[in-house]
Amino acid sequence: MNFDLTAEQEMIRRTIKEFADEEVAPGALERDLAKTFPVGIFKQLGKMGMMGLPFPEEYGGAGADTVSFAIVTEELSRACASTGITYSAHISLGGAPLNLFGTSKQKQEYLTPICTGESLGAFGLTEPDAGSDAGGTKTTASEADEEFVINGSKCFITNASYAKHLAVTAITGEKNEKKEISAIIVPTDQKGFTVIDKYEKMGLNASNTTELVLEDVRVSKDHLLGKRGDGFKQFLITLDGGRIGIGAMAVGIAQAAYEKALQYAQGRKQFGQSLSKFQAIQFKLADMAMEIELARTMVFKAAWLKDQGRVFTKEASMCKLYASEVCNRVTNQAVQIHGGYGYMKEFHVERYMRDGKLLEIGEGTSEIQRMVIARQIGC
Amino acid sequence: MNIFVLLKRTFDTEEKIVISNGSIVEDGAEFIINPYDEYAVEEAIQIRDSQGGEVTVVSVGGEEAEKQLRTALAMGADKAVLINIEDDIENGDQFTTSKILAEFLQGKEADLILAGNVAIDGGSGQVGPRVADLLDIPYITTITNITVDGTSVKIVRDVEGDSETIEAALPLLVTAQQGLNEPRYPSLPGIMKAKKKPLEELELDDLDLDEDDVEAKTKTIEIFLPPKKEAGKVLEGELDVQVKELVSLLHSEAKVI
Repeated sequence: MNFDLTAEQEMIRRTIKEFADEEVAPGALERDLAKTFPVGIFKQLGKMGMMGLPFPEEYGGAGADTVSFAIVTEELSRACASTGITYSAHISLGGAPLNLFGTSKQKQEYLTPICTGESLGAFGLTEPDAGSDAGGTKTTASEADEEFVINGSKCFITNASYAKHLAVTAITGEKNEKKEISAIIVPTDQKGFTVIDKYEKMGLNASNTTELVLEDVRVSKDHLLGKRGDGFKQFLITLDGGRIGIGAMAVGIAQAAYEKALQYAQGRKQFGQSLSKFQAIQFKLADMAMEIELARTMVFKAAWLKDQGRVFTKEASMCKLYASEVCNRVTNQAVQIHGGYGYMKEFHVERYMRDGKLLEIGEGTSEIQRMVIARQIGC
Repeated sequence: MNIFVLLKRTFDTEEKIVISNGSIVEDGAEFIINPYDEYAVEEAIQIRDSQGGEVTVVSVGGEEAEKQLRTALAMGADKAVLINIEDDIENGDQFTTSKILAEFLQGKEADLILAGNVAIDGGSGQVGPRVADLLDIPYITTITNITVDGTSVKIVRDVEGDSETIEAALPLLVTAQQGLNEPRYPSLPGIMKAKKKPLEELELDDLDLDEDDVEAKTKTIEIFLPPKKEAGKVLEGELDVQVKELVSLLHSEAKVI
């Protein structure tokens, strides 16, 4: 057993922590209020080579491991969860399926701009009637003149306004009375493709969440990602990796909330002593510290398994489920410790609470995670 | 150009310093590249990028300093040298460090040596100038700008808040002041490549030095923390009463007049 980070992981942690503190955290409050996407931060991350973190060097990536991805996602999320989710989705939903299932020509064309940061990564899966139940997918891709003609709509798609292309899932036929779902890479400037970013969200206000409308969008057949009919399988594999990202985000937000709560409890005096001297508050802080530590360890374990090339489906679900629920408890208690001030935006913790809620929902709700774990343990 | 940077591993400035049994507790503390040395590394990389050549980062210290050297390599330095004195020297001082560095740099034909203005831990600001003196080359401290043109160098240095412009010639040693540049974040590919870059480890023996040759010229008698800051006092009442009270307090309590 060894719980130490490697020299590279440690250096990545330091670098991204410093970057997060100096460049990402300062504007987080204002970006949330004004709902401005952190374009400049992603330009800088691109320059630092962070946008292609786990992808092969031949496509402009850095060839780093999943543990490093978790570290970067956690640190960015600690400073600004909107930045964190943008990064996590960029890597694990946008870049990863291209890297896993794309041909080398597709990778050259579509993964490279993701690695450089020229395009953000996005994945068009969720539909108004189909989330984790992909069977509800209604988007279709019919064939005409050696082309796919895609029609349908997608919802809650992260990063699409800043993506030059993205993979969407669509029904390409029927097999044994079951829908055949495939993933197809579609340039977002293709005729008939509309990206709408009009959502009014509870949190993660500085991230880009969109609806996609596809009306007779035509792409040549070489835009098929991986094997025909593999769309469902691909998206399950993609989400396994994505869940590590969500887990890491949850740890980052929880860490930020805990740090703020601890600092406040030490400074704030009531009834003649610091809040941190009251056992009621101490116990809350002790629970926070413990749960965050456990959540981070679980995220790292899932990431480590993935890096070893082992099966990590169950652990990815566990880390996502546990960390996101910890995040919600911790952020809630951080607001509680702050009292009335915590309810004020200026004190940050209410933002953590709003941002953190998404983590129990996105990339499979907590209920779906329990289903995945139950299946994995043989229920 | 053959560029050398002198680098020290120091406490993170944000660390809370704890003293136990007369020495500073290092367990669990975060260590960084001395911030002034970081300016030196950045400047060295920029000069190399515009003039060509090679940047070698040198540190005198223990095994742990490898981390800071690797960070400099990740930023873009080409080579690193760790002069490991862990087993040989218990108590070194500025003399020790500069003697070792000068011995190492002797015969290396350095065109430009960059160091930090001071280290944020010891804060003596002596090592750079001492090394230059031992190598018999000129030095300029607290620089905020440097332009190299062939072998002539134009430098702006900070003089207690004012600027002084100096022309000099290579070889030269300079020490970096805040404002010289904005050190880059190591890039991720830089971090991944840092492990593969050469890092040479030397000991006193390799430099033909004995412990006696570098024995410290100073002795640390005591290490203590500054007195804890007491809560301030707010004077109240009429202005002339306040003034009288202030004067008497300055006399009797603060004992400054």
